[in-house]
Amino acid sequence: MARIGVLALQGDFLEHEVALRHLGQEVVQVRTVAHLDGIDGLIIPGGESTTFGRLMSDLGLYRALADMIAAGLPVWGTCAGLILLARHVLDLSYPTLAALDIVVDRNAYGRQVDSFEMDVQVPVLGPEPFRAIFIRAPVIQAVGEGVEVLARLPQGEDVPRVGAGTPIAVCQGRVLGTTFHPELTQDLRFHRHFLELVAGRVAPI
Amino acid sequence: MLERGTIAVKRGLAQMLKGGVIMDVVTPEQAKIAEEAGACAVMALERVPADIRAAGGVARMADPERIIKIMDAVSIPVMAKCRIGHIVEAQVLEAIGVDFIDESEVLTPADESHHINKWAFKVPFVCGARDLGEALRRIGEGAAMIRTKGEAGTGNIVEAVRHMRAIMDHIRKLQNMPEEELMAEAKALGAPYELVKETARLGRLPVVNFAAGGVATPADAALMMLLGADGVFVGSGIFKSDDPERRAAAIVKAVTFYQDPAVIAQVSRGLGEAMRGIDVRTLAPEERLAVRGW
Repeated sequence: MARIGVLALQGDFLEHEVALRHLGQEVVQVRTVAHLDGIDGLIIPGGESTTFGRLMSDLGLYRALADMIAAGLPVWGTCAGLILLARHVLDLSYPTLAALDIVVDRNAYGRQVDSFEMDVQVPVLGPEPFRAIFIRAPVIQAVGEGVEVLARLPQGEDVPRVGAGTPIAVCQGRVLGTTFHPELTQDLRFHRHFLELVAGRVAPI
Repeated sequence: MLERGTIAVKRGLAQMLKGGVIMDVVTPEQAKIAEEAGACAVMALERVPADIRAAGGVARMADPERIIKIMDAVSIPVMAKCRIGHIVEAQVLEAIGVDFIDESEVLTPADESHHINKWAFKVPFVCGARDLGEALRRIGEGAAMIRTKGEAGTGNIVEAVRHMRAIMDHIRKLQNMPEEELMAEAKALGAPYELVKETARLGRLPVVNFAAGGVATPADAALMMLLGADGVFVGSGIFKSDDPERRAAAIVKAVTFYQDPAVIAQVSRGLGEAMRGIDVRTLAPEERLAVRGW
């Protein structure tokens, strides 16, 4: 059993907590630097990236998190969480943790009426498609050399051009990022994959 | 196949708003102040509820021009209100691309018998409720999020507390009922049986449930979280106070740290005067907004 922190400033942190408890993990809601003590991994959930930025900045969480990630703490960000892990985000007035060498455009698909769900292939999770739910999702515009792309949005006439063929799940070392929300589904394969990363059973790239 | 406007996509946006504060704004400048303070969304309005009360007359959907300017000013989701039952106002709001529609009792109702069929829209809806039956009827019509009605524009938390307690108490009651009693309970509630069963099983509403209507202080916001709200709407409470920037940021922190009185004490210090407020008992029956909706 691992002790996994879930950043609980705002957003859908309880959905991640429920998934982790299903998988028998100990979960800590992280709101202050002190809550980071003794965790084996951290999930940054979906929510509003500007809200996270304001609270992380007021609470002094940027420095503490960046240090722990640099020291090898496994981290997974979903949607807003991925935005905060990116090296560069277009048009965001807060700093990021710069743990994933990617360039991100927020809300690139448009507004909520453009949000969507669809089946995608994630080879590392096996042949069964994964139901990916994109809510005002970011688009990963560019990835650096050290970044492994775990899944891409398919190309297809119904797929918005801005996202077609772009990475939607990426990994760099022990840092995982998805532009969609596995925590909104009953499919626990992504959470299992992250726990493998935490346990060191997946070789970091 | 790619699908838009599904239940998961609509309810999912509400899930992303949880643990956050949604603030009423009437200008792009106010929207920016709200965003910088950490609001997870804003509600674009022609007037805040306290001013709607003062102005009287018929309160309608805001001018689309005003809403679009607010949408252009911030990156967080923008909500807007339509009148209860006003299908075309809702269609207009969907057409300009607002992220969430509030079918709201704060505006003058357009239909005194029927709410909008919200399943017919791709954009998600939030609706007010005073009790569990009302909440489940709105969800049955397709609402992707519920909020307590409270009594908007009063700066008085008493009605929001009443409505949140009514909903939570009834859910606890459902959880203790044997399954064969749920049909009669659905009949008594005036709510769809399947939703009553689902609520009993989950021990909560099947959609996100925020508090609204009367939140004026960080402590008010934290109280609503303590009573089981997933997040908080603040209407007149911010921009009718002495120092909106600080009050907005303080309420955001109070919601995140609602279980930590030391933090609430710290953010409450020296905030200046809250909105003046109204004792709800002095309102004439026709001045009460919460009774609108069926």
